[in-house]
Amino acid sequence: MTRTERWAGGLLVVLVIGAVVVPAVARHDPLAIDDVLNARLVGPFSTDEAGRFHLLGTDRFGRDLFVRMMLAGRLSLAIGVVGSAVAGLIGVAIGAAAGWWRGTLDRAAMAVSDAMLAIPRLILLLLCAALWRPGTTTVVVVLAATGWMGVARLVRAEVIGARGLAWADAAQAIGSAPVRVLLRHVLPNAIGPAIVATTLGVGNAILLESGLAFLGLGVQPPQPSWGNMIAGGRDLIVTAPWVAIAPGVALILTVLGCTLLGDAWRDRLAGEVPSTLADRA
Amino acid sequence: MKYLVRRGIAALVLIWLVLSLTFVLLHAAPGDAADLLVAPDAPPAVAAQLRQELGLDRPISYQYGRWLANLLRGDLGESFRRREPVRGMLADALPISIWLGSISLLLTFVVGVAVGSLQAARRNRWTDRLLTGLTTAVYAAPSYWLALAAVALFTYGLSRLEAPQWMRLPAFGLTSPASEATGLAVLPDLLRHSILPIAVLAAVGAAGIARYARTAVLDLARSDWVRTARAKGLGSRRVMFRHLLANALPPLVVLLMLALPGVVAGSVFVESIFAWPGMGRVMLEAINARDYPVVMGATVIYAGIVVLANAMSDVLLHAVDPRRRL
Repeated sequence: MTRTERWAGGLLVVLVIGAVVVPAVARHDPLAIDDVLNARLVGPFSTDEAGRFHLLGTDRFGRDLFVRMMLAGRLSLAIGVVGSAVAGLIGVAIGAAAGWWRGTLDRAAMAVSDAMLAIPRLILLLLCAALWRPGTTTVVVVLAATGWMGVARLVRAEVIGARGLAWADAAQAIGSAPVRVLLRHVLPNAIGPAIVATTLGVGNAILLESGLAFLGLGVQPPQPSWGNMIAGGRDLIVTAPWVAIAPGVALILTVLGCTLLGDAWRDRLAGEVPSTLADRA
Repeated sequence: MKYLVRRGIAALVLIWLVLSLTFVLLHAAPGDAADLLVAPDAPPAVAAQLRQELGLDRPISYQYGRWLANLLRGDLGESFRRREPVRGMLADALPISIWLGSISLLLTFVVGVAVGSLQAARRNRWTDRLLTGLTTAVYAAPSYWLALAAVALFTYGLSRLEAPQWMRLPAFGLTSPASEATGLAVLPDLLRHSILPIAVLAAVGAAGIARYARTAVLDLARSDWVRTARAKGLGSRRVMFRHLLANALPPLVVLLMLALPGVVAGSVFVESIFAWPGMGRVMLEAINARDYPVVMGATVIYAGIVVLANAMSDVLLHAVDPRRRL
């Protein structure tokens, strides 16, 4: 383990533990709105009129920002991980099928993937997210539907490379069915780069999720997500900037951890995963 | 020449695929524009009449064919919501986005490559470490958050510090609402309003490019011909400019193309925060209102820009690197 990996891993572990533990044990209810007039827009590191301490201050409804931020972390992290995992699975399935059977299926799959890559991913996300009812499930589905192309191309190339090799021929020669050769022999050998590419996608998925939430097309209030918390502080930016700035710091730390960890893993698999500039929010 | 023609046809086919995909997506979604345009308590007959007026009651294949045929004639249709030609709406918005996008892209590229090369030249020293930390952090930040942070700094922050008036950059809009300047006299005001949006958009892009350029220059610096040039006794500046940068040209062309979608995506957020009436804002408003013709028109332009950039980078690569025969 390199020093970068330890730091990035540690950062992510702390964030995950914070997201799980803090909302559960905190005295402030992150969703309830009670004493708005006395508790609204308290600055960071200060106490409100009732004498309760707020580490990062409160929002316009007097809700504690730190507790809300950690609750939002649960949702953002879960959506990022699940969204890119599902995208990875779809990519593996499409890439494997296209690379193994070739022909019309391959040409159609690659044409669709080319077309989808030609639209900036954010525009594609906006299109999909706005057309269906915004919400948590929609975001996950949309992230999966727009994130499979890279993995599909990787797996397709690996499968095409592997299907002509001696051991794939040998497996077929001893009488294995083609599907069995694909699933038991070719795919396990082709999956490594796909896993790294999927992991690298998590940080990006979190950024895109929060971008959608910021535009009001993702996770809907009162359920907090980092994106909609930043949006909630948007028109207070001139008078109470901490409301928008604080959730962004949590978001940046998370994405930073994911990026550093993903980079380190990619370096280990040197050369197998092409480095591209992801389409960010 | 034959190559150019083939590349052009491939690009056109790709654009057609993108458009068909968008069309299918738009029509696969539940609900349509008529639901949003009529009042919720209006009788169903009103919505039905509106559907007929907008052509939404025709079969999808007919709508698709008509839209494609009109597109070939350069007609993008009429906005459902504003009832004005889409072409005019986009023609108003596009120059604003091109101004924002092209200057940012240029800065992204120049600053990104400069920072990346500097890092490679000072590899593992504190300059490199500091810049690596900075670029990684900016790369992890969403553009809308950076934009808000910049607004907070220049409005809340500077007024708290009681900074002089000239330092407080305007944060919203294209020009000052009170200004009565016309023609070229608008320019100074426009430039002042452009500083923050362009800086934010360029910072996000440059951070990504710098990370990429650092690795690319380091890879090149380890190659045999650089060692040979050094062994011949050439100074490090000459090696850097004459040999390294000349060979770095092909990857740089690819970089320029890679930076483009990021600038397009970033501009949606940046235009929204700084209240610039550009393509991003038009697209967002149209998506929320189910304004199909506007969404389709904007997608044509976005896809066209990306596909064109891809094709141009292939052609440029062809020109700068004779080893490449596609």
